[in-house]
Amino acid sequence: MTQPLSGKEVVARIQKQVPGAVLLADHGCIWVRPVTVAQVAQYLKEAPGMEMDYLNNLTAADYLDYLEVVYHLSSLKRNHSLTLKVQCWGPEEPEVPSVFHLWQGADLQERECYDMFGVRFVDHPNLKRILFWEGFEGHVLRKEYTG
Amino acid sequence: MAIRTQPVSINIGPQHPSTHGVFRLRVTFDGEVIIGLEPIFGYLHRGKEKLAEARTYTQFIPITDRADYLASMSNNWGYCLAVERLAGIELPERAEYIRVLVGEMMRISNHLMAVGFFLNDCGAFFTPLLYMYREREKLLDLFDMLCGQRLNYNYMRIGGVSQDLPVEFLPALKKFVQEMPGYIDEYEQLLTTNEILLARSKGVGVLSPEQAVNASVSGPVLRACGVEWDIRRADPYSIYPQLEFDIPTGIQGDTYDRFYLRIQEMRQSVRILQQAITGIEQLPHGVYRAHVLSLVRPPKGEVYSRIESPKGELGYYIVSDGGVSPWRCRMRGPSQLNLTALRDMVLGWKLADLIIILGSIDIVMGEVDR
Repeated sequence: MTQPLSGKEVVARIQKQVPGAVLLADHGCIWVRPVTVAQVAQYLKEAPGMEMDYLNNLTAADYLDYLEVVYHLSSLKRNHSLTLKVQCWGPEEPEVPSVFHLWQGADLQERECYDMFGVRFVDHPNLKRILFWEGFEGHVLRKEYTG
Repeated sequence: MAIRTQPVSINIGPQHPSTHGVFRLRVTFDGEVIIGLEPIFGYLHRGKEKLAEARTYTQFIPITDRADYLASMSNNWGYCLAVERLAGIELPERAEYIRVLVGEMMRISNHLMAVGFFLNDCGAFFTPLLYMYREREKLLDLFDMLCGQRLNYNYMRIGGVSQDLPVEFLPALKKFVQEMPGYIDEYEQLLTTNEILLARSKGVGVLSPEQAVNASVSGPVLRACGVEWDIRRADPYSIYPQLEFDIPTGIQGDTYDRFYLRIQEMRQSVRILQQAITGIEQLPHGVYRAHVLSLVRPPKGEVYSRIESPKGELGYYIVSDGGVSPWRCRMRGPSQLNLTALRDMVLGWKLADLIIILGSIDIVMGEVDR
């Protein structure tokens, strides 16, 4: 059975490496500051005992006041999992650092997330629309989009 | 004087028999060798995730059928399981057995198609495929018996399945399970050690285990690289912990391993079917569905739930605000993410190899574009 990591333990370890990154922790889930995503993700991928080598799922959800980008990470070696979340808001297209350089699996998922929610993943080498055509206006999975 | 070549870009698709749907590849060649590849998606985008937000939980089940239309039962299952986990619904044991039965039948049916079309792409034009259609037809008849549909079943419900097995179902399935190993032997005689197939697919499109894991590849493509990872074992659901089966793995991670792995998985599925048939015969008739209100309202919260669909990790991320329809419903389609690694697999190979590498991944565009 895949065990979700305890949020509190993970936070204690991350705080040493990336101080001030974690905002909130729950069972199997941590919320981090948008600018620190890439650093935290790198730590989760490389630190012994974590070894999150597999990015299961990357998506976002619109909560009207803010967008939340969700990373479902797991380790095939240790069979445990962790959900990483980032809340972002602000101007038209909020920015979040890309994790493409850590997991290639983020490639298409970040593009889709940009297409559907307009989250701009900084440093993604090929961030453009994937399911909709270039020049399409709006981001359809946002709640404000009503067709 | 050395011959100079200029890179040439060629479009493959969107309408092309080997792209298995409406899928376009922009390929750059140096002479005949592939030096660049860009997949272009979106021709079959139907906005399923947005549709989910405007429907009740139950109304979304038929739409999941249309995602991976060669394995719609698995899609039903993945979605229903996610909602059940979110709402904390326990299933009657009979429903779990029925789900495992149809799930494994679906896996056999999907792998038959995958292997058949792969051989089609290799140039064994329609002869092996028609053998596979023969057996798939039997499975489709069984599904027809079960729910009156042959492609988009809409059979599962939140809390169970829509109706119990008809009386004639189990005898027919038993007959199929008895015959199937013989049919698989037949394919193996024709194909597994076939010299032309070996020459065509051995060593082509190799994917290393590290690359595969890094690119979020799952299912048979991941296992063909030698990574023993099957969600039925690693993160078990339903009654899989009680069932005995092996997880076949490949050695090299080439197209041949992906082909052969699917053949081996079919044998394992037959094994699971045998055990599930024995199990379900000992259960009383009747309760095939938990008592669930037709207007399901899961409590506020979220879930990421995954199953091993025939193509890989099928995940559903559902956020509920306590209302009658999902606030957010994300489908993690395995075919889409398996395509992430396509570029790594094809660089340095030729056009004809690209076709078989794409065939060996086994994609369904309904799931890629959603």
